[in-house]
Amino acid sequence: MIEVKDAFFAYPNGIEALSRVSLTIRNGEFVAIMGQNGAGKTTLVKLFNGLLKPTKGEVLVDGVNTRKVSVANLARKVGFVFQNADHQLFCETVEEEVAFALRNFGFKEKTVRKRVSWALNLLDLTEYRQASPFMLSGGERKRVALASVLAWNPKVLILDEPTIGQDHQQKDKLRQFIVQLNAQGKTVVVVTHDVEFVAECAPRVVLMAQGNIVADGSAEEILTDRDLVTKASIVSPQITQIFLELEDLGLPNKVINVHDGGRVLLNFLEGRLHERV
Amino acid sequence: MSVFEGFKFRSASSPVHQLDPRVKFFYVCIVFAVAVMFNKLLPLLLLFLIQIPFILVAGVQREWIRSMKGASVLALIIFTMNFVFSYFMPASVPGVEPPIDTPLEYVLIFERSLTMTFRFIVLVESFSVFFLTTSPDRLSLALEQSHVPYELCFAFTTAVRFVPVLAQEAQTIMDAQRARGLELERGNFVKRVKNYVPILIPLIVNAIRRSLELAEAMESRAWGASEKRTNLYVLKMKKEDYSLILLSLIMLVSAIYAWLFIPIPSLTTFLSF
Amino acid sequence: MDAFCLVVVSGRALAVIETKSLTYTYAGRTEPSIQDVSITIEKGEFVVLTGPSGCGKTTLCRCFNGLVPHFYGGKLEGELVAAGLKVTEHPISELALHVGLVFQNPENQLFALSVEKDVAFGLENIGMPRDKIRERVDWSLEMAGIQDLRDRAPHELSGGQQQRVAIASVLAMQPEIMVLDEPTSFLDPLGAQTIFEVISKLNKQLSITVILVEHRLDLASKYANHVIIMDEGKVVLDGEPRKIFSSEEARLIGVGIPKAIGLYQVLEQGGIHLRSVPLTSEEAYQLLREVLAHD
Repeated sequence: MIEVKDAFFAYPNGIEALSRVSLTIRNGEFVAIMGQNGAGKTTLVKLFNGLLKPTKGEVLVDGVNTRKVSVANLARKVGFVFQNADHQLFCETVEEEVAFALRNFGFKEKTVRKRVSWALNLLDLTEYRQASPFMLSGGERKRVALASVLAWNPKVLILDEPTIGQDHQQKDKLRQFIVQLNAQGKTVVVVTHDVEFVAECAPRVVLMAQGNIVADGSAEEILTDRDLVTKASIVSPQITQIFLELEDLGLPNKVINVHDGGRVLLNFLEGRLHERV
Repeated sequence: MSVFEGFKFRSASSPVHQLDPRVKFFYVCIVFAVAVMFNKLLPLLLLFLIQIPFILVAGVQREWIRSMKGASVLALIIFTMNFVFSYFMPASVPGVEPPIDTPLEYVLIFERSLTMTFRFIVLVESFSVFFLTTSPDRLSLALEQSHVPYELCFAFTTAVRFVPVLAQEAQTIMDAQRARGLELERGNFVKRVKNYVPILIPLIVNAIRRSLELAEAMESRAWGASEKRTNLYVLKMKKEDYSLILLSLIMLVSAIYAWLFIPIPSLTTFLSF
Repeated sequence: MDAFCLVVVSGRALAVIETKSLTYTYAGRTEPSIQDVSITIEKGEFVVLTGPSGCGKTTLCRCFNGLVPHFYGGKLEGELVAAGLKVTEHPISELALHVGLVFQNPENQLFALSVEKDVAFGLENIGMPRDKIRERVDWSLEMAGIQDLRDRAPHELSGGQQQRVAIASVLAMQPEIMVLDEPTSFLDPLGAQTIFEVISKLNKQLSITVILVEHRLDLASKYANHVIIMDEGKVVLDGEPRKIFSSEEARLIGVGIPKAIGLYQVLEQGGIHLRSVPLTSEEAYQLLREVLAHD
């Protein structure tokens, strides 16, 4: 679906943000792009919808080279939800806001209305249809931004740091929502530095540091690797930190969330009990 | 936008950078006064050349050239307008009588237009050097010490502080809307203007939100606690500053003397008419 | 050290913030944002204030330094005394000298063109003499660990650096109390840890009372010795961190209980009892080691 081949990217002022990055994301995958702030995560995903074109190397979306088509063309397939919803809200009503992209892409009015209703319903925003987006709370505005991207049903959904400023319950709901979207076949790419969030949904993790991809694999493999975590200047999930310290007791150490951690410990202790008996 | 680069402050430690902004401004005003005094080309050319050493000492040649490039378009317009104006209203140029048929008269009109253009260029030149060598911080301090109300000085520095932030935000907003299918490059003039609404509204709304947050932060740091606000830095006049003041005054006095007593040759004398 | 001596001498620590039935409604709204809030915060405490979005914690923060009601208007009922001053009777410019407030967005609390000038801003406002300002600025930069950033422009700095500048700017006025409203929202976990370490240092070395509003309890709770949880405008839980985070109520409200405590609770349900409630991963694995290496 998305192929990045030996891509480099340098900003006009000369700063190199990406250096020799290669990555393939297949249809239906759930990928988390992780790393410290400034590692190049956002720069990388902006290559996926053509907002940035690689200075060397190439990026193919569905076989099409991003250099050859416009952003609007790529956006049809690759939806991008920006970190700050306030960078895109501008309409008088939520309805207009969600319809904006649909109209840009040339959907017929009847379809636009249907899609808007569907998207609002999906994000629990139907009651706010005629409300002004500026009057909504921070969390609601984020949902409007998300609805406005989902409305045109892009094959790929990119979310840039969706958990910033969210409380625990909002993060939980978001996580469940994303997992569900992915289960329904949408390719989901989440750029995040929130390890606990990633640990709960355990997607494929692409770990970046200083413009390079330093690791690409399962969340359990990467988040439990002490060397990688140090190299990328990230923090392991709290549960992982606990289990890594108990390695010498023979406990499995690829544990990243509370649920698995509890299960492992209880099994281990039960096993011990049986041994003694 | 590169013409603006010719006025943006460049951090360096040349003697010109260290001069008190108030003194530099005084100098710029004198240059303006002298430029306006003369109608002949020669003094203005002299004025133009006198400032070159300042540019070289400050090391801002490259940026200054950019400001000159930017000004060249306007300069051409001024020249053309003056030429046409003088052609149709020759009474303003001494030595010219309608109808304009002799080469001498053409040269006189040409000289007049060139003089007016150089007035503009000299002004741009001196203001460019002023802004290139004065940091917004020092400028604000100069304003404060010149008894401009602190609120205005603060508004000035805050505005300068947030220019790069707003520029980046505008870029992000454009990216966000382009990612929703907005095509900024296409369409006729009317459509293109309409396409900027999704950029401007978030920019303005965010600017308002930002200023509310800034106001909260200001209040939380005891804004308005005391009538007599102090400052971490103070501008003190040094001997270099006094030297520049002296130089400016000498320039002014020489100019007045020359204007009153010395007949200045026009271009025609050099072209052997 | 101060608080300890006071306890010994007077038998009762000094309350540095005290509210009684505090209720506030923003201008133009009908429902109060905080209701009947009665809390006591003692000198030198490190308080973590948390709760779901919209629970009123941000509003409460703004009460502490007088932004509510002086800046926002609206209707404030009940009593609030901070650093010995009744908040309704003193202007923000006076309260700011005793209660510092650090905001969520690093960019929007830095005004000047250099770090040094930003740190000096508050002191300039109160009319402090120049040489004293210089001393304080030097001291404040050192306390926040950012001496090397002195001449930099705020726009060039990372989010974490900007927040440290904000902390230094507030610290320069030497307030007794420092309130921080979700200061790490925009930072990555390492950046957040650095901020918490700086705040903790100020709390321990300078005895500054800290009130930290946070969602990231995994990282923040280990510094706290007092936790307040709010929900829908009211204070629902108020007390010792371990007890509160391991309570059923906290789980029901939906705050992000530290994972170490989550693990503790799962084990409890499975019949395994740890000696005490762990707040950090260090405490957790030490307690687990005791249980596991038992044989």
